[in-house]
Amino acid sequence: MAHFEKANSIGEWFDQRLAVNTLKRVLQTEYWIPKDINFLWAMGMVLAATFGILLVSGIFLLMYYQPNVNTAFDSVNYTIMSEVGYGWLWRHVHGVGASVVFLIIYIHMFTGIYYGSYKKGRELIWLSGMGLFVAFSAEAFSGYMLPWGQMSYWAGMVITNLFSGGGLHADFLVEWIRGDYVPGQAFLSRFFMLHVLLVPLAIIGLIVLHFGTLRIPHVNNQEGEEFDYEEAAELYKAGNVKESKVIPFSPVFLSKDVFVMGVYFVMFFYLVFYHFEFAMDPVNFDPANGLKTPAHIYPEWYFLWSYEILRPFSTNVGLIAFAIAQVIFFTLPFLDRSPNVAPASRRGAFKFWFWAMLADVLVLTFMGKLPPAGIWSTIGFVAALAFFALWIALPIITSREKKL
Amino acid sequence: MANNTKGRRDFMGMALGGFTALGGIGALYAMKRTWDPLPSVKAAGFTTIDLTPAQDNILITEKWRGKPIFILKQSKEMMAKVSPEAKKRLIEMNGGFYMVAVGLCTHLGCIPGYDPVDESFLCACHGGMYDSTADVTKAPPPRGLDVPPFRVDGMKLVLGETGPEYEQMLADGTTMPV
Repeated sequence: MAHFEKANSIGEWFDQRLAVNTLKRVLQTEYWIPKDINFLWAMGMVLAATFGILLVSGIFLLMYYQPNVNTAFDSVNYTIMSEVGYGWLWRHVHGVGASVVFLIIYIHMFTGIYYGSYKKGRELIWLSGMGLFVAFSAEAFSGYMLPWGQMSYWAGMVITNLFSGGGLHADFLVEWIRGDYVPGQAFLSRFFMLHVLLVPLAIIGLIVLHFGTLRIPHVNNQEGEEFDYEEAAELYKAGNVKESKVIPFSPVFLSKDVFVMGVYFVMFFYLVFYHFEFAMDPVNFDPANGLKTPAHIYPEWYFLWSYEILRPFSTNVGLIAFAIAQVIFFTLPFLDRSPNVAPASRRGAFKFWFWAMLADVLVLTFMGKLPPAGIWSTIGFVAALAFFALWIALPIITSREKKL
Repeated sequence: MANNTKGRRDFMGMALGGFTALGGIGALYAMKRTWDPLPSVKAAGFTTIDLTPAQDNILITEKWRGKPIFILKQSKEMMAKVSPEAKKRLIEMNGGFYMVAVGLCTHLGCIPGYDPVDESFLCACHGGMYDSTADVTKAPPPRGLDVPPFRVDGMKLVLGETGPEYEQMLADGTTMPV
């Protein structure tokens, strides 16, 4: 066994046994973050904090929620909402958090696209981040099933039907996923399991991986500048804090993050206490009924853009378009052929590509909410085509980009 | 001697890997089977419906395997308009013609509503339409409503069982297997 001296303090006692000082140095005080950043760089920690809030509120909901087709609806809408002390708080925090987390994810993604933070050496940051986006989508969908209202049931019906593959008629696969001919008890229990255990485990694993992928290429900066981190770190440690291009993750970078989080949480809790209804679809306050379809079935706002890509086409084409739209963002580091790591504003045609893509996704989102008729239907169709045109154009315009 | 050790370790490594892979495949199969519909769910998949009370052009909605089943007795006027191809979709019982179909849009599974004046079905989700024999008249649905497996028993229909009339429909390509 290793030799241990008598410890002079509790801190030293832990350091001898767990090397906490080394851990603290490697993960915090000597984990270097570039100085040339803005508030958009705080979105990662905002997301981590929101995930934490979803986890805590979820644990309290879990104590009273009943994953049973006969009692699920009342366990949420009666027991948790009116019997459990502050049950309404956990529910509204959980509902608002699930919606807002996607807003921050989209801001985080488009920040990465704008500053080229997915380029050579940083591909894994982008890929693990996209993995998190998919895992969060699965988490949002499975959670949406649990109150077992009309929207839960019919969203479950429509989304699981997508797995029949349209013209392939893989109904056996749909029935296998549901464990029944229609969404029923087996379906509710398994999506409950996915929501509270398997998907959160995957998310936690992916978060660790996402942090890990940042370590070697380092966080990008506002100008995409490549510099010697060792040198900058030495400068900082020698006390030349002003001249150095880096700051330690903790406490310096985190203190800025905490400020942004403070602003964010003021808005977050404003929504929780005064405007929670935006995350609560009124149709879902009717219990699930397999013999009555709601007049309009639409997903939550964060899935609308891809729903609008599914909608204007015939079944098979729509499914293929939808499937491509779901995974196309994964290919960004490989379709962008330019070696330039720089903000979009300095990248010529890519600047227009970036704003066109952002505008297109926004248009798709708004059209996805409107009924599919008349001029809205046409705009949605054009925006869906534009989405694919932009992806086809990306390798062409970026391979012609001038080297900076 | 060193080579001999390496050979023994390789053998043990491969043996361990092989048995682990075998166990892994077994575990995957068990997981797949655990997600299968339960026998009780499958056994509850039969429903008998008596068609005696059905009236002309009045839609009856029954339930089979949790799905809505549409039954529409065709009136004489409706039958006069029906094409020979569409007639194959109907079930003849005791001289009357009945449309029997799963009431889920073949596009993405919403429930279409019936308008007895227009004698047509409209799906509110994405605007698909069907005529009174449940054949598709307006996209996006790729085909008419599916006919559930049935067996004719006097004036009763046993849904979930397969009779000769249903097999004929499958053979004609009138319906997809549900």
